[in-house]
Amino acid sequence: MRKESLNIERTNPIISVRGLEKSFGSLKVLTGIDLDLFKGENVVVLGRSGSGKSVLIKLIVGLLNPDKGTIKVFNEEVDELGVKELQELRLKIGFLFQGNALYDSMTVRENLEFPLVRNKRNLTRKQINEAVEEVLDNVGLLQTINQMPAQLSGGQRKRIGLARTLILMPEVILYDEPTAGLDPVTCVEINNLIDEVQKKYKTSSVIITHDLTCAKSTGDRVALIVDGKFGYQGKFEEVFTDKNVEAKNFFDYNFIIDK
Amino acid sequence: MEGDDFKYVNDKPIYLFFYNIYSVYKFIIRFFKEVFLPPYEFKEIIKQCYDVGYRSLALVSLTGFITGIVFTKQSRPSLAEFGATSWLPGLISIAIIRALAPLITALIAAGKVGSNMGAELGSMKVTEQIDAMEVSATNPFKFLVVTRVIATTTMIPILALYMGFVGLLGAYLNVLSNENTSFIAFFEHGFGNISFLDIFSSLIKAIVYGFTIGIAGCYQGYHAEKGTHGVGKAANAAVVISMFMVFVEEVIIVQIVNSMRPL
Repeated sequence: MRKESLNIERTNPIISVRGLEKSFGSLKVLTGIDLDLFKGENVVVLGRSGSGKSVLIKLIVGLLNPDKGTIKVFNEEVDELGVKELQELRLKIGFLFQGNALYDSMTVRENLEFPLVRNKRNLTRKQINEAVEEVLDNVGLLQTINQMPAQLSGGQRKRIGLARTLILMPEVILYDEPTAGLDPVTCVEINNLIDEVQKKYKTSSVIITHDLTCAKSTGDRVALIVDGKFGYQGKFEEVFTDKNVEAKNFFDYNFIIDK
Repeated sequence: MEGDDFKYVNDKPIYLFFYNIYSVYKFIIRFFKEVFLPPYEFKEIIKQCYDVGYRSLALVSLTGFITGIVFTKQSRPSLAEFGATSWLPGLISIAIIRALAPLITALIAAGKVGSNMGAELGSMKVTEQIDAMEVSATNPFKFLVVTRVIATTTMIPILALYMGFVGLLGAYLNVLSNENTSFIAFFEHGFGNISFLDIFSSLIKAIVYGFTIGIAGCYQGYHAEKGTHGVGKAANAAVVISMFMVFVEEVIIVQIVNSMRPL
């Protein structure tokens, strides 16, 4: 169970997805996804590997185009936006990639400066340095500022990826498998960091994972993808009941560290 | 239907062939649209020019110098048969300035720079670094492609001119080892046979080759498929396509230039 949530404003959803379908050739990945994300809410999307979880958030941020259905983010239909409008919308959306996607030819400082100097061109050198140092301090890795991504551990790379996302002060963060490939202790640290970030930056999040510990400790609401659509949605404890066979099976195959 | 969606639906080779041509055309059009629009990535352009130009200097110097020596050494016996060794400076200057300098520079750049671009961008593509730039509201095309294509288009002509000079220097040293010719006399004789059209057409050729190598390298990297196999394929395709296109362009430009040459 999540320790503490922000006040969730369940009036106008920040992200609203209706009847979303996506196929790759003959492979139907999403077959009718409906999802609302409200301000201050963390929604965890669970599902087996290849169930279309990552495809869903790539569709939300406009990296892929849907076959059918609508995606509205801050009341703007993503699929209909021009290049400039989409860039403006993306300033409000942070995206943490599964593999972190740190620019490996740049230092940590340059990784963080990259989106900042290109989107906020009136900042002085002093303001840029302060912003970079502040956000690195928030993820607890100020000491790595001059290191290259290759010199960092998996957990550190995740944190730096999150710091790069946070530097543009997004209102929504899309996490793609934030704890994938990390040891259990680092997973707990990342889960706590997601919580801290939400409180400090007042963000809403969609968290893609198949890690139930992460789902339990970070999600206000959990949605389980079954056969390309959400089979079950609700609070963590509600979804994993004996009545929900697929959810129960998914649950049984996972090992939860209850912390 | 765009991009990957097209490939999933139309996977027959003939469709893919035309799709790839259309895709390259769109890539080039996008380059010309973005190259003139702000913001300009000056710092990255300078970095790429340094990588393409300065870091190729040693290889270009060595290759140019050896080309000059070997070409002179191989041409001497044929000219000696007719007692025309005094024509060597003129013959070598024409060969190096008109054809060898831009062509060899382009082939070196295709191997060194083109493969590097294909592999680097391909690796960025498969590790989602290009997607990361896109979702952070920056334009990866402008930062990665425009800067690299500008660098190859400006640096390869400079390298070709430099190689021409180094090649002639190698040729002079070979001539000097056989007969006593002064540096000034060699170059006066050599450049006496070179017209403005020769130098101009060489520069144009090198610009076209530079642009082709930049576009081929970046296109292959930018469209690399997933996995390490995709990166290797992108690097390989960048070199093969660049070299093939350079030879095709060489034939076309030579035809055009020769038609402009006074009889």
